[in-house]
Amino acid sequence: MANMCPYGRFTHAVVRGVPETFGKAAGDDCEKGETSVDLAKAQRQFGCLTGALRQKVGLQLIEIPADPELPESWRIEDVAVIQGDTALITRPFKQQRRGEVEAVRKVVSELNLTVVEMGDSGGATLEGCDVLFTGREFFVGISSHTNHRGAEVLADTFKDFAVSTVPVCGGARLRNICSMGGPQTIIISNSEGAKKTLRMMEQLTDHHYEVLTVPEDLAANCIYIKGPSKLDFLLHRPAEECPESVSAFQKLQDYTLLPTACSEASKLGGSLSSLCLLVNRKLTYF
Amino acid sequence: MTTESGADSEAKQPRENKETEKEKGKAKAAAAAAAAEPASPQNQPEQFPAAAGHSTPARKEQEQQEVDQVSHRSSISRLSRSPLKGVKKTKIMECKVALLDGSDFTLNLEKRARGHVLFDKICEHLNLLEKDYFGITCRDVENQKNWIDPGKELKKQIRTGPWNFAFNVKFYPPDPAQLTEDITRYYLCLQLRDDVVSGRLPCSFATHTVLGSYAVQSELGDYDPEELGSDYISELRFAPNQTKELEEKVMELHKTYKGMTPAEAEIHFLENAKKLSMYGVDLHHAKDSEGVEIMLGVCSSGLLIYRDRLRINRFAWPKILKISYKRNNFYIKIRPGEFEQFESTIGFKLPNHRAAKRLWKVCVEHHTFFRLVSPESQPKKFLSLGSKFRYSGRTQAQSRRASSMINRLAPLVERSSSKRYNMSLSLDGAPIAENHETPMKDSAAAGAAKILTKGDLITTVTTEKKAEEEKAEQEDAPTDAAETQEPTTPLRHDTKTKDEPPASEETKEEVEPKTTKAAEYLVKYVGDSVATDLASSSGLHGISPSTTMDDDVFMDGTLREVDEVAEREEIKVSPGAVRQEVYQAISDKKGTLIILKEADDKVDAEGKETGAAGEEEEPALRGEAEGGENEAVMGVEIWSPKMEANGVTQIKGTDSPKKAMASWISEVVKTEATEVVGASTKASDAPQPGEEVQTEQSKSGPSQITPPESSTTSLAVSTLGWVPSSEKGPPEPEEKVVVATETEAAPAESTGPTGCDVVEVGTKEVPVVHTETKTITYESAEVETNGDVDPGVLLSAQTITSETTSTTTTTHITKTVKGGISETRIEKRIVITGDTDIDHDQALAQAIKEAKEQHPDMSVTKVVVHKETEITPEEGED
Repeated sequence: MANMCPYGRFTHAVVRGVPETFGKAAGDDCEKGETSVDLAKAQRQFGCLTGALRQKVGLQLIEIPADPELPESWRIEDVAVIQGDTALITRPFKQQRRGEVEAVRKVVSELNLTVVEMGDSGGATLEGCDVLFTGREFFVGISSHTNHRGAEVLADTFKDFAVSTVPVCGGARLRNICSMGGPQTIIISNSEGAKKTLRMMEQLTDHHYEVLTVPEDLAANCIYIKGPSKLDFLLHRPAEECPESVSAFQKLQDYTLLPTACSEASKLGGSLSSLCLLVNRKLTYF
Repeated sequence: MTTESGADSEAKQPRENKETEKEKGKAKAAAAAAAAEPASPQNQPEQFPAAAGHSTPARKEQEQQEVDQVSHRSSISRLSRSPLKGVKKTKIMECKVALLDGSDFTLNLEKRARGHVLFDKICEHLNLLEKDYFGITCRDVENQKNWIDPGKELKKQIRTGPWNFAFNVKFYPPDPAQLTEDITRYYLCLQLRDDVVSGRLPCSFATHTVLGSYAVQSELGDYDPEELGSDYISELRFAPNQTKELEEKVMELHKTYKGMTPAEAEIHFLENAKKLSMYGVDLHHAKDSEGVEIMLGVCSSGLLIYRDRLRINRFAWPKILKISYKRNNFYIKIRPGEFEQFESTIGFKLPNHRAAKRLWKVCVEHHTFFRLVSPESQPKKFLSLGSKFRYSGRTQAQSRRASSMINRLAPLVERSSSKRYNMSLSLDGAPIAENHETPMKDSAAAGAAKILTKGDLITTVTTEKKAEEEKAEQEDAPTDAAETQEPTTPLRHDTKTKDEPPASEETKEEVEPKTTKAAEYLVKYVGDSVATDLASSSGLHGISPSTTMDDDVFMDGTLREVDEVAEREEIKVSPGAVRQEVYQAISDKKGTLIILKEADDKVDAEGKETGAAGEEEEPALRGEAEGGENEAVMGVEIWSPKMEANGVTQIKGTDSPKKAMASWISEVVKTEATEVVGASTKASDAPQPGEEVQTEQSKSGPSQITPPESSTTSLAVSTLGWVPSSEKGPPEPEEKVVVATETEAAPAESTGPTGCDVVEVGTKEVPVVHTETKTITYESAEVETNGDVDPGVLLSAQTITSETTSTTTTTHITKTVKGGISETRIEKRIVITGDTDIDHDQALAQAIKEAKEQHPDMSVTKVVVHKETEITPEEGED
């Protein structure tokens, strides 16, 4: 399939700067209400991440300027699901976030991707952090922010692939408990909820994956990229943030590990992958 | 299916047919069919046994029984009718079959003809040998598609209306590259093109483009603006909603395929299509227990549950203990999961009783085809309540084995311009919705229906049969192995060399210091290294459903292993690729070079078991292989003593790769003319570390000992034997064709994982001389293991030659010392010369036996069989 190359080949990353209103909108989320975030630190960490993507991994970086009107716009992963030459512009759960899609839509169409709008069809909501694409299939976590209808639209958009829905426990988001760690490797947290989700994924899949379990929830969100240089890169949380999980990553042979801090975004429920959209413009046919 | 009585009645038909035809003066419409018709009764009896050959004896009995019943019934009716209508009035029906390319095939059949008669005729018309993946459908009154049961009379399966059928793919092979013939792939492609265009197989724009472009290349050949014009593409159909944009993209890609043959284009097409998530999924509308609309998808790996487009559950076949239906309900009983205690039953509501039965049948058939080694026998009970329906065709495993025996030049595929995809959809290109309920109308409905409507629960119980199944399978397996003649290399045993202190596991062989003897002749196995790769990935544990969830309730170990391997192959590139090459090579019928690599992770325990169990204990081995996490283990160790008894090396292994390999081997062998004319030449067996590939062209010198291996005993036997096809019962040792045997004693240290490589160089045709040479090498892994290590110091070498009437044996013995361990290697080259009068197999067997007797304490690590055959026109054997 034109679209079915092994997971991890990317050429571009789309990011959006951290606005000075970072953390302000968190008030809506009662759980996050009291957390105090350090804006400057968040911006520094954002800088480190983008720096790693560009200089270490070698991706072309497209940065959308921060918009103070959209305090959560740095979570760019949520507003689009990109696979192959198609970008699905999602409909985030929160009304106030829906404005975030415009700038992203513009960028992805400039990248010549086929843009599909989720729109308001049947009350569909879906956020990218509930979507795990493995290279061969999609898993959509049905969560507080993503509903069945949203998953259906995703399935209609990416028809080549099986789209399976999995439960996400404890108010978490799918990508908070798992991510891809290689073309056929899933990194997943060791928590009870995550195990439940994993079991469901195992039940639903036709494919074989290796599973790398990490003791800390936070550590389960990584970014795996096989860069233009054909090397395996893994951006993961550093030892200061996830002391117990770092050793697990060492098991990945021949990887270039890039510890990347993300503590501030993390306080708001984000994580490494929340901060970027990865695109592959070099689609290979075979 | 046909029986004697069936054949009898058919035998009468031709006469009757002719008369009838005359009477009716139908010649025109029947022209094509009539030609085929008279031939059929004769063909029939011949063909059938071949097809049935796969089934177990028990199965045959049942068929017999069933047939008897049927024929009994029909004879009664004949009697009652005859006074009125007379014998001459045998009715001829005109059948119209919509073929995959959109054309219609019309033929006349006797009214009482069974499904397989029609099916065989169609396949003959299509020149299709790998027919097990296909079937005939017809539409019922509700316009649902039902599969025609080959064993039942057509007229009972068509209630009303004209005899219109369609020829379709019934079981979509998960890996089309494994099909033997291009022509089979061609028909599969046609089916898939229809699936795509009709929307049954949804795909993205990009995929439509890619599939479309390969379809165009396959159908029209290279892009050529002069010949094709600029608008050629819009005459073809690629997608349910074809846009100009799509056509342009297709054309763009098409331009880049210059030089690609149609067959290649089809392979590309299939490689892409098979990855689609809905590939080969047969959808049925249903409701879950809460009344929510869902779809049940039956596919090779199990049952998928969809809500809208979303997959919400999946039950792999091994998870399902029982499939049943009752009225319009369909039930599956699920094996308890890791954390559950009890099995659970899940029920679904189908639109009506017939839909439930259709779904049930499709499930039974898919499960049998993809997961079992051989079909289950029909329930024996006379007055049983349930349906007697069982899938009676060949399973995929059987089909693969059979198609590996296909021995013909690749037929010319006439790729007619596919009418179906031009312009409008054919009748068959049913709208999606309809197709989603693929009907399986039961032909048996008439009889069974009464019972059913009373609400009896009809079930297929798989679990309960496990024991039987397994047994049967086990019985099967050795047979297969034997048939296929695969060599097995016991790894463990190899390890014992005289010179070395026996490893802990060493069982029986006594080692006498410094005596060079070949202990056992082991024949090697071939397999893929796939499993090993997986198993070794440390620190990660796999999710693969097949690995984790498959317990083999349903299937026998062998099959399962096969499946597993197959699945893996899809994932893991290299082994699959290798296999593909092999397939291609075979199908191309060029000089075939096959390289198979196998790695075993044998554990000592296994070795011990083997030893303990005695040679033949397959079950034990199999069990181990399955049980362990290394499902990849492909090598099965066998004690050679047993083999000796048989006089020829026996192959015990049950792993699929081995099987597959075995069939390849046999296929290759088959292709050769059996007559041995020339002296057989020696195949050079120089193992090379890593993968050993050897293309030995008849080298006439005594076999060399390759430096990398420390002292070894090798035995090379050349022979021209032939081996009959694999479908028959118990393997006969003599049938094996072993051409060269090289025995190698491996140092005890090499206990680690070993790989086996087999190299085949098949069927070379030398145009002028008309000889064919073929070489098969069976090699144990030790070679590799040792290979890249230090070659050791050569202590001594000697060569001895002896002759008997038809054989010349050259023995070359070398002793080396390597790392403090001394190794003796004996290489024997046995040339068996003669013509057909000599039983080469026998001679070979004898030679091997002798060699074994001479060196009872050494093991055979490599066997190279090299055959050279002169082809003479008169040769009748194949």
